[in-house]
Amino acid sequence: MADGLKRERGWSGSAPPFNTHTAKMVVFALLIINKAGGLIYNRTFSPGLQNLTSNDALILAGTFHGIHAISRSINPAPQPPPQPNARRPPTTGIESLESSHFRLTCFQTPTGVKFLLFTSPEQPNTDVVVRRCYELYGDFVVKNPFYSMEMPIRVEKFERALAGYLVRP
Amino acid sequence: MPSMADAASTSQALTDLTITPLPPKKPHVPSLKYPSNRKTIYDRNLNRTKTSEISLASFAYLFNSLISYHQSRSPSVSELETRLNRAGYPIGIKMLDLLLYRQEVRRAQRPTRLLDMLQFVHGTLWRSLFNRAADALEQSTSKRNEYMIVDNEPVVNTFISIPKEMSQLNCAAFVAGIIEGMCDAAGFGTEGVSAHWAGEGDELWPGKTIFLLRFKESVVERDEAIKAGGG
Repeated sequence: MADGLKRERGWSGSAPPFNTHTAKMVVFALLIINKAGGLIYNRTFSPGLQNLTSNDALILAGTFHGIHAISRSINPAPQPPPQPNARRPPTTGIESLESSHFRLTCFQTPTGVKFLLFTSPEQPNTDVVVRRCYELYGDFVVKNPFYSMEMPIRVEKFERALAGYLVRP
Repeated sequence: MPSMADAASTSQALTDLTITPLPPKKPHVPSLKYPSNRKTIYDRNLNRTKTSEISLASFAYLFNSLISYHQSRSPSVSELETRLNRAGYPIGIKMLDLLLYRQEVRRAQRPTRLLDMLQFVHGTLWRSLFNRAADALEQSTSKRNEYMIVDNEPVVNTFISIPKEMSQLNCAAFVAGIIEGMCDAAGFGTEGVSAHWAGEGDELWPGKTIFLLRFKESVVERDEAIKAGGG
């Protein structure tokens, strides 16, 4: 219940739920993949990370897109009976990947855009953070008349809003 | 009285032109959608201002479509700004009527002096459109017919980022058009109102915008004449 409430708050666009335990929040990077599997945004947020060339980032995005698609179709549980007048039950695919060094949180929007958030494994509430990033994308990228969908994101206010949210001094 | 020959040549010239007849009038189809309780926006009380706030996201969507529409039809940045200005102009004319009507009954007065007019735009218009007054009102130091209204973060630009190749463009040209329409309708003819970026290098307000109002010389002269007459 508490978790649900928290999620509600992060979703509605009010102040991000920063509290004491988010002080050690480390967000490494954010990648946005369009519905065709192309990398449209790539940004790192903490200094001293290992460099990834833009070509590697593109390959990473494409590979992840493929694995995610496979993970959506290999569902061992039996299909629930189809409901009349209801959409297909959403199969989310990979939601997070964890290793001893990082956690990858993947959030796929209903339109097929994927948000990949790389954080430290200790980072709490990554689903809230990634949804907030989606919200900022909705505000400053999609509502911007000079952005064409599916294209690489070069939007000044999005950069500024992300920096204000994810880069902690 | 034209001679017969003249009339003949005129009719000849007329037949040479290919005149397409006006298309027959289409039957009037009302585009107004009626909600279930049959109350449209026109049935609302004109004075109801507290409950008439609209969602910024809906406005952003409309404004986005407006900009995309005009962008696809304008070859240059200045043309796009002009088109946005034209789109705002009729709104300004109507806003003047509406805001004068909405004034407090006892203190209702129309702006007749230049400074009153500027205060009206800076305060009343801004408050009704954006829910706050503009941030500054200044007079140009060099020209006596130029005034500036400063908005630190125009509401219409909330979600808009200008790409580098069009950096001159300021979509608040739409608001400039509203101001121009209002000033013209109030009898303060302008030579144009334009929106300019002023936030370059400003950390706090990168979207600061100056609206430059250039009044006609006759307006300034009239205002000085009233002042000299003790008005």
